[in-house]
Amino acid sequence: MSLLSLSQVSAFYGPSQALFDVNFSVAEGEVVALMGRNGMGKSTTIKVICRMLQHRGGTVMFAGNDVARLPSHKVARLGVGLVPEGRRCFADLTVYENLIAAARKGAWDFTAVAELFPRLLERRGQAAGTLSGGEQQMLAIGRALMTNPTLLLLDEATEGLAPVVRQEIWQAISKLKAQSGLAIVVVDKSLQELRGVADRAVILEKGTSVWNGAFSELSAEVTDRYLGI
Amino acid sequence: MTRESFLNAVLMGFLLVVPLAAWALDEPFIITLTTRAVIFAIAGVGLNLALGFGGLVSFGHAAFFGLGGYAMGILAYHAQTYTPLMDWPFVIEGTKSMLVIWPVAIVASGLAALAIGALSLRTSGVYFIMITLAFGQMFFYFTISWSAYGGEDGLSIYVRNSFPGLNTMDPIQFFAICYGVLVLVLAGVQRLAHASFGLALRAARQNEERLQAVGQVPYRLYLTAFAISGAITGLAGALFADLNRFVSPSMLSWQTSGEIMVFVILGGVGRVYGPVAGAALFILLEHTLGGLSPYWHVYLGAILLGVVLFARGGIFGLLAGREVAHD
Repeated sequence: MSLLSLSQVSAFYGPSQALFDVNFSVAEGEVVALMGRNGMGKSTTIKVICRMLQHRGGTVMFAGNDVARLPSHKVARLGVGLVPEGRRCFADLTVYENLIAAARKGAWDFTAVAELFPRLLERRGQAAGTLSGGEQQMLAIGRALMTNPTLLLLDEATEGLAPVVRQEIWQAISKLKAQSGLAIVVVDKSLQELRGVADRAVILEKGTSVWNGAFSELSAEVTDRYLGI
Repeated sequence: MTRESFLNAVLMGFLLVVPLAAWALDEPFIITLTTRAVIFAIAGVGLNLALGFGGLVSFGHAAFFGLGGYAMGILAYHAQTYTPLMDWPFVIEGTKSMLVIWPVAIVASGLAALAIGALSLRTSGVYFIMITLAFGQMFFYFTISWSAYGGEDGLSIYVRNSFPGLNTMDPIQFFAICYGVLVLVLAGVQRLAHASFGLALRAARQNEERLQAVGQVPYRLYLTAFAISGAITGLAGALFADLNRFVSPSMLSWQTSGEIMVFVILGGVGRVYGPVAGAALFILLEHTLGGLSPYWHVYLGAILLGVVLFARGGIFGLLAGREVAHD
């Protein structure tokens, strides 16, 4: 049974329709790459899953619950952990405080997060707003993990980061996949890195899911057609 | 020890040494003045929980201050007149015991804050300020018209309420009680501020949507903070009424709300010990500048302007640096 399933989902920003017919599902422990060019609806889809944007048509089911009936904090409590685009930590709180503010009971605690990102342990008492972009990204992932989710949504987790830091983030995602059994939806444009972690890919084109299949089946023709510039 | 912790210790030491020195020099007025500062500090620490940590600019905290005062005044009045507070369906007598009066003041003002907060927190920004002000004024005018308890003239209590083992009429012993309460309140708020509740509250002030995404409900956090804040301010009100042995509607006026806010801003918004410094400075200015001119509020206004424009972290921000995260 799918942990998350979106069926014929449509969503609007005011009068403008952003999602037309999005269909895909994520099984427990599966890593799904949500791909597409800029402005195709990837972040909007993430917002719909988290209930930060109300969808108008279709259904979004998570762990057997219809997300449309739940406020965003309840969706998070059901087990959806979000790492938002642009990192968005609580700038005035320290690294430790950012993590504790989000903490819920479960396997993920400060020690476990610090083990995944040792850099956060070094920066424990530093205000989040003074961290580098990469460290803020680690913190954003750590904060989402502290909610002990069953599904992790990573929206452009490596965007704008230095190659070395990107590598660290990808390594952490691989580790999460191997060790935690978390289901993960990754929104990213790095085909090469995604190939190493993603089980399946979903491609969005103009707000519609146009390709859905095993990542290994993603052909050059498909990537050129939907992801090329 | 961080610079802020050092300043906290110096401040608390100063508040302890001044009345002890005044006691040794037989200057009871200075002891009373410091007691006033300590009580105002408790009220400020209460407001700071809502204003400093939750970003809730409440202009109605005088209502809770006054409720605490009236809780003390009414209970003590019935005890000193030997009339029951109510006699049906069961008899409730008045009391002169602080240990009974404090919980009543805390519960009464906490419940009022819960009810006011439940409605007010449905708004935000300037509307929140206005609605809390409106509630404050409602309570103010109610006490003015409450003739059973003195109406506009207020209510006098002949003797201070009792505390086991202490003579509360002795200024230094009453100071010791208030100082002890301040220490307990500070310890509680410090603990709360660093617990996940306090951290989530500060996070909500920064971005509510982001906090909801990690499963927290900002409204509940704000409401809890507002109720605890009101309860602490109510306790300060009960002590203030006991200090003066008098309670009147002026305790509930919007000027009182403004003064409590001044303690917080002067000392440092969002710093646990900030309002203590703010209240101490306020009393110091009131005493020194008030002796120079009856228009001392003009100077206070100028100082407040300076703090807001050039030292947004208040006295603590100026002395301990802007960083609060390492506390």
